Amino acid sequence: MFRRLLFAVIALAACSGMMSGQARKGLRINEVMVENLSNAVDDYGQHGAWIELFNSNFAPLEISSVFITTDPSKPRMYPVPLGDVNTRMPKRQHVIFWADNQPTRGTFHTNFALVPGQANWIGIYDADGRTLIDSVTVPPIPADASYARVIDGEGSGVEAWQVRDGSSETLYITPSSNNKIKDTNSKVDKFHEIDENGFGMTITAMGIVFSALLVLSICFWIISRVNAARSSRKKMEAQGINPTEVARADRPDGDSGEEIAAIAMALYDHLNAHDRESAVLTINKVRRAYSPWSSHIYSMRQAPQRNVRR
Amino acid sequence: MTDFGSFLGENIAQFWHLTGFYNATWQHLVMLSVGLFFIWLAIKKDFEPMLLVPIGFGILIGNIPFNTEAGLEIGIYEEGSVLNILYNGVSAGWYPPLIFLGIGAMTDFTALIANPKLMLVGAAAQFGIFGAYMVALLLGFMPDQAGAIAIIGGADGPTAIFLSSKLAPNLMGAIAVSAYSYMALVPVIQPPIMRLLTTKNERVIRMKPARAVAQSEKIMFPIVGLLLTCFVVPSGLPLLGMLFFGNLLRECGVTNRLAKTASNSLTDIVTILLGMTVGASTQASTFLTKETIFIFALGFMAFIIASASGVLFVKLFNLFLPQHKKINPLIGNAGVSAVPMSSRISNNLGLEYDPSNYLLMHAMGPNVAGVIGSAVAAGVLLGFLA
Repeated sequence: MFRRLLFAVIALAACSGMMSGQARKGLRINEVMVENLSNAVDDYGQHGAWIELFNSNFAPLEISSVFITTDPSKPRMYPVPLGDVNTRMPKRQHVIFWADNQPTRGTFHTNFALVPGQANWIGIYDADGRTLIDSVTVPPIPADASYARVIDGEGSGVEAWQVRDGSSETLYITPSSNNKIKDTNSKVDKFHEIDENGFGMTITAMGIVFSALLVLSICFWIISRVNAARSSRKKMEAQGINPTEVARADRPDGDSGEEIAAIAMALYDHLNAHDRESAVLTINKVRRAYSPWSSHIYSMRQAPQRNVRR
Repeated sequence: MTDFGSFLGENIAQFWHLTGFYNATWQHLVMLSVGLFFIWLAIKKDFEPMLLVPIGFGILIGNIPFNTEAGLEIGIYEEGSVLNILYNGVSAGWYPPLIFLGIGAMTDFTALIANPKLMLVGAAAQFGIFGAYMVALLLGFMPDQAGAIAIIGGADGPTAIFLSSKLAPNLMGAIAVSAYSYMALVPVIQPPIMRLLTTKNERVIRMKPARAVAQSEKIMFPIVGLLLTCFVVPSGLPLLGMLFFGNLLRECGVTNRLAKTASNSLTDIVTILLGMTVGASTQASTFLTKETIFIFALGFMAFIIASASGVLFVKLFNLFLPQHKKINPLIGNAGVSAVPMSSRISNNLGLEYDPSNYLLMHAMGPNVAGVIGSAVAAGVLLGFLA
């Protein structure tokens, strides 16, 4: 018993560890501004360099205790503090850290600053301080420009990133929001454009529905055949017949419903045949020691029941 | 004294502005009448009372006029209100899977396992969904809205609510009310279609009694069913997963208490909450629109197409079956997933033409296949359009 319990506890711990590890892997550096002159301002009204993180999971993610750093040799440079409700990121959402070397200003102000005019390496490490979750090297970029992923949380290598200066719709600087603005549902648009009358959807979907149920149907047809063969073989064995010596046509059929009902009836009669009854019915006069006028049950009406004829 | 009098007057005037009498519009009165009509249908005509009483009363609750700008936090769409919290099960889509758990725990799939080819009838009836989808597109709905409306043809309230909460939340109230209304009207809608599409000889076809099904097959059904259907359509997982889970609780024989809770208390609780909140979500401002009329018309058409395609598919199927294995086309209508109402209709109509031809158990096969089929269809629509 103790062993089983121990095993269960270890298995649970391992699973939760794996889940937590997997979840943290979904954290991404999404957009970085190194020199902020006229872009977003923090709660103190200051323009500062910022690092946007993105939760690429489809589930909330707690980021407290991860480390943000600009030096691979010092992975524990800025630990995201515990105990702040805002460090729980909703699914597919963003959070901004101000890289202004002002950690006394709150959870989202780091103890380091980014250096304009040169490449800045930024990394995020898991709570163990060893597992690198994500990193990016931001090349030297102009003031008020950002270095952002083309599609939020996706891709790796320099081709997944671009310098954005806000000059066009695809180059908007988007602190705390999606880099790729989603104002339409591409799937719906595609169906609207290509499958205007719905024939494509109908044929595809009906095909899928039929296939799913056909596969299930065939599967249970096979199972029923296997079951029937097994029960026939068992029956032959019970009757002392060797299945290999009897032609298929001569093998006994499965029991009919009538036979089963007759056997069940006989068993019921046999098992319930008794001389001594297990219960005795008698009449016992009950003396009421209380007045029904003060009784709670007599003052409550039963819920009405309606007999419905169908 | 004058100050006190004016203070009282102001208070009464302020209170008057908060009352339903002051805030009522003709739209509220129309919706209140709809709610009362539903309650009347349920109590007097016995049309799906378990659903129409909560929905009807929910419509009354949702359409009591009040000053929405007073910040009372009582409306179903006001964040943090009690009704809004209860409505979360609908808007986030977790009531329908719980109902499916109960349906699974209540449903006996024996008839289907005994005659697996009847599953195809359940698949054919889903054409109602996609027929309505095409017409909805013609009427100018976007594909996601069309998909949400078309699912009414599956005749499955929880599936309709689940899908519309994902694809077209703004239309969910109308879709849910439409789906449940037509489910209540199945005894009125289906028989004329069945009579129209069958001959007298077809209606008296006697089907072979179903074979006995081993307990091991009944246990394997939910497991194999889940694996096969969800590998094909993973997006149907919330509904199919709970349906088959409930059925396993029922059939495995070692979880009777859980099966009993899932099929009784849990289903009753969720039905009450689901019905009431869906009713309350049909507020006049969002419900009394041109779209609602279209949705009701499309829902009606979807029901007709679904019933007809089930019957016609059986007739087509019969062309390929030997004489002694023919299927009575009166069970084709049961391919829609209104369980067990549409099976009962098949049975009653069959008895009308041959008083000793009981079709109930045969009809239950396509009927429960319809539940699986509509959940698969919903998964397909969700996968393509969400």
